[in-house]
Amino acid sequence: MADTLPKIIIDAKAMGRIVERIAHQIFEENGGSADLALVGVVTKGDLLAGRLHDAIKRIDGGDVPVGRLDITLYRDDLSGAGPNPLVRRTEIPFDITGLTVILVDDVCYTGRTTRAALDALMDYGRPTAIRFAVLVDRGHRELPIRPDYAGLEVVTRTEERVKVELAELGGKDRVWLLESGSDWVPGEE
Amino acid sequence: MGFVAKDLIAIEPLEAADIIAILDTAEGFLDVSRRDVKKVPALRGKTVVNLFFEPSTRTRVSFEIAEKRLSADTINFSSTGSSTSKGETLLDTVKNIEAMAPDILVIRHPAAGAAQFVADRTSAAVINAGDGRHEHPTQALLDLMTIRQKKGGFDGLKVTIVGDIANSRVARSNIFGLNKLGAKVTLCGPGTMLPNKHEALGVEVTSRLEAALEGADVVMALRIQKERQSTPTFPSDREYAKYFGLNSQVIDLCEPDVIIMHPGPVNRGVEISSNLLDGSRSVVLGQVENGVAVRMAVVYLLAGGVAQ
Amino acid sequence: MRLIVKGAHLVDPAQGIDGVRDVAVNGSTVIEVAENIETSSGDMVLDARGLHLFPGLIDIHVHFREPGQEYKETIASGSRAAAAGGFTAVAVMPNTNPVNDNAEITRFILEQAHVAGMCRVYPVGAISKELKGEDLASIGELADAGCIAVTDDGMPVSSSMLMRRGMEYAKGFNLTVISHCEDMSLAAGGCMNEGEVSALLGLPAIPAEAEEVMVARDIMLSRLTGARLHLAHLSTIGSVELLRLAKGYGLNVTGETAPHYFTLTDEKVRTFDAVYKMNPPLRSAHDMEAVRAGIQDGSLDAIATDHAPHAGDEKECEFEAAMNGVIGLETSLALALKLHFDHGVDLNRIVAALTCGPAAALGIPGGTLGPRKLADMTLVDMNEKWVVTPETFYSKARNCPFAGMELRGRVVRTITAGRTVYKDGSITAVNMGTAEILP
Repeated sequence: MADTLPKIIIDAKAMGRIVERIAHQIFEENGGSADLALVGVVTKGDLLAGRLHDAIKRIDGGDVPVGRLDITLYRDDLSGAGPNPLVRRTEIPFDITGLTVILVDDVCYTGRTTRAALDALMDYGRPTAIRFAVLVDRGHRELPIRPDYAGLEVVTRTEERVKVELAELGGKDRVWLLESGSDWVPGEE
Repeated sequence: MGFVAKDLIAIEPLEAADIIAILDTAEGFLDVSRRDVKKVPALRGKTVVNLFFEPSTRTRVSFEIAEKRLSADTINFSSTGSSTSKGETLLDTVKNIEAMAPDILVIRHPAAGAAQFVADRTSAAVINAGDGRHEHPTQALLDLMTIRQKKGGFDGLKVTIVGDIANSRVARSNIFGLNKLGAKVTLCGPGTMLPNKHEALGVEVTSRLEAALEGADVVMALRIQKERQSTPTFPSDREYAKYFGLNSQVIDLCEPDVIIMHPGPVNRGVEISSNLLDGSRSVVLGQVENGVAVRMAVVYLLAGGVAQ
Repeated sequence: MRLIVKGAHLVDPAQGIDGVRDVAVNGSTVIEVAENIETSSGDMVLDARGLHLFPGLIDIHVHFREPGQEYKETIASGSRAAAAGGFTAVAVMPNTNPVNDNAEITRFILEQAHVAGMCRVYPVGAISKELKGEDLASIGELADAGCIAVTDDGMPVSSSMLMRRGMEYAKGFNLTVISHCEDMSLAAGGCMNEGEVSALLGLPAIPAEAEEVMVARDIMLSRLTGARLHLAHLSTIGSVELLRLAKGYGLNVTGETAPHYFTLTDEKVRTFDAVYKMNPPLRSAHDMEAVRAGIQDGSLDAIATDHAPHAGDEKECEFEAAMNGVIGLETSLALALKLHFDHGVDLNRIVAALTCGPAAALGIPGGTLGPRKLADMTLVDMNEKWVVTPETFYSKARNCPFAGMELRGRVVRTITAGRTVYKDGSITAVNMGTAEILP
């Protein structure tokens, strides 16, 4: 069925449910909140990581450490034409060695951002395991990468664009599916 | 907004927003130098040539560390000769290096304008690591980064620069940067070390250290550049230290939370006393750490391959 | 056979003429200047209606680099550049290699000029041997061989005593002393003007006072010795004022400036392009205004180019390492006319500064087109606009700081000693090797 775009694929209520569900899945599989860490990819994954932190805390009161990771310096498209993208602060104020790190991002698409994030994380220490949580998995992978926790799996065309809005960034909590048009920005998956 | 340019030759032509963008980027790079694996793959496959026509250890090492932490391939080329002595001219050297297709050239040279000269004749990005008495933009950027970290901003800040300003590329770059960012700059030194037409620089000038230090938030001492003087500009080290040297007594005229900076290397006991340099108000070592981050930021930003 | 230049607007300040005149020439000499000269069948008539006619332009400050630096310029190439610029006479500075401090070099220069056959070349001898500022050169022999003045140009005579001796000695041989005014210790190896721009650029700088203190010294030495003094390439407010003062004293002192000093300022150095490097350096806008005013009020007697050719690599290097000097012969007239067109300077003053002014300063013939005077003249289309393109110059050198400028007023024909040496953009070879045009 040919839906007209843009359309909202996740609204605020659904997003709340997704965060709660993923928090519970992580908690179950890890057998609690001990030896767990959340690292979000800036600028939306880190906000989602913060929400997961709060949700896990509501389950058993555990205060899972949260970090933010800027993967710009690990991207594989830096040599392309055009100015280099801004580098934002990475803050992982704890040692990840020996922890199970949940890497959090808003959308999983080609897998290249995740590849960069994995490389970056490995430079910070040697975690016991890295698991991958996303709000939306839209397919079209170019690398053998798969999320362990996905809020919503949605079938998309490559010309389309998934746009995540979060209340912390001044919008509402919702996820759009858009025609990409000419304003598509690399990296904004 | 980012900083988009082919080269970084001088602070003078930059906008305040450009400087802020470089400083913001540099803050992001501090983290790389603080972790165990001090390397990111950002500039893999890029070639950086460090061209040093003037002896320098600090600046060259700082650039080299910055480049290596970005995974660039670095090549060092040192020569103390200039085209005035017999041998290869600067133009020849540039053409030769250009043929090796480097992405970035970092150049230090004893002649003002040498970096601009090279930049005009190569497609590589050029970073000025100090050209004669003209400018030393990355030193100013790391100083500005240090000031921002300690003071939170620049607006209305009183910054006093003491020493051989007329002969200092560090002072010149800092003056331009501080003016653009809203700080008030006061220069102090014997008349022989002050620039003749300081009006063009938009600064206050005095030869009385007490007046210059009163209420200062930041004090920057400059190295006495004996090697760049044709005729002596002060009678003796002793007299200089007496009237223009920073020590724990005169520094009390400044704001209580004053920070003391020095671009190094220091003539201890001449432009600054040892206990002041090693004391709690000194931010000299912070300057060195910021130096690597700032140079990483500049190399990274210029490696973006912006067409001219 | 007479040559009649008919219907041009003649500007000849020495005679107070500023109107349409016919000029009749017999051989290398003017025989008549009148509002209407009847032509007869044997006359060669040059229809110059709509054009301006000036006495042949005279540039009393050029460097032709021969002998010794023929890769930069030769007397032949420099002479062609002069002819193309409308100049029928030039004075060549002695800082060649070897230095023109002896009669042999002077004779060599005159011989080469004779072979070139484009314009009158007046050699200027050295004041001191090898321009070292130590011992007097053989000034008497230089005068006998054909030098019309002495100077150590390129270098000042730093010793006041040697300058005094040079003036006293030159006076006895009726030679003008040309002074390159620069206090070397105050200039301190600088390479641009000391001012707001140098404060921004950090280039070693030369204060205006480095020129002015020497101008003052040499004016006083001229008073002391009674020698005829000509001040070369004046570039500052103070220099122009001191020259005015000297003339007020009734001293036998003249002065020149160069087109770059009334056209450009030290702002140009911001590019670090060494094409803007010369000595004295480009000054401030205030200095430039003072130089223009000095031309307007006649304080400055001459516009001279200080034509200083250099090879490409001597300019394409670090600013501090680059050679001093710019070429100027092929742009001088149009830049001077720009003062008239754009800045209201009287055309008669400009023509005087390019003709009778410099002739009088060095006591050489020419500079006016009266009966029995030299048949040297320059025909100019005052309306033609053109863009400065150094690649097309007759000079060997390309170090021209005016490239790309649009100028108004172009030389249509240059006539030296009654013969056309340059016409409509091309050198004409008729004069090659003739003896007639020697001074």
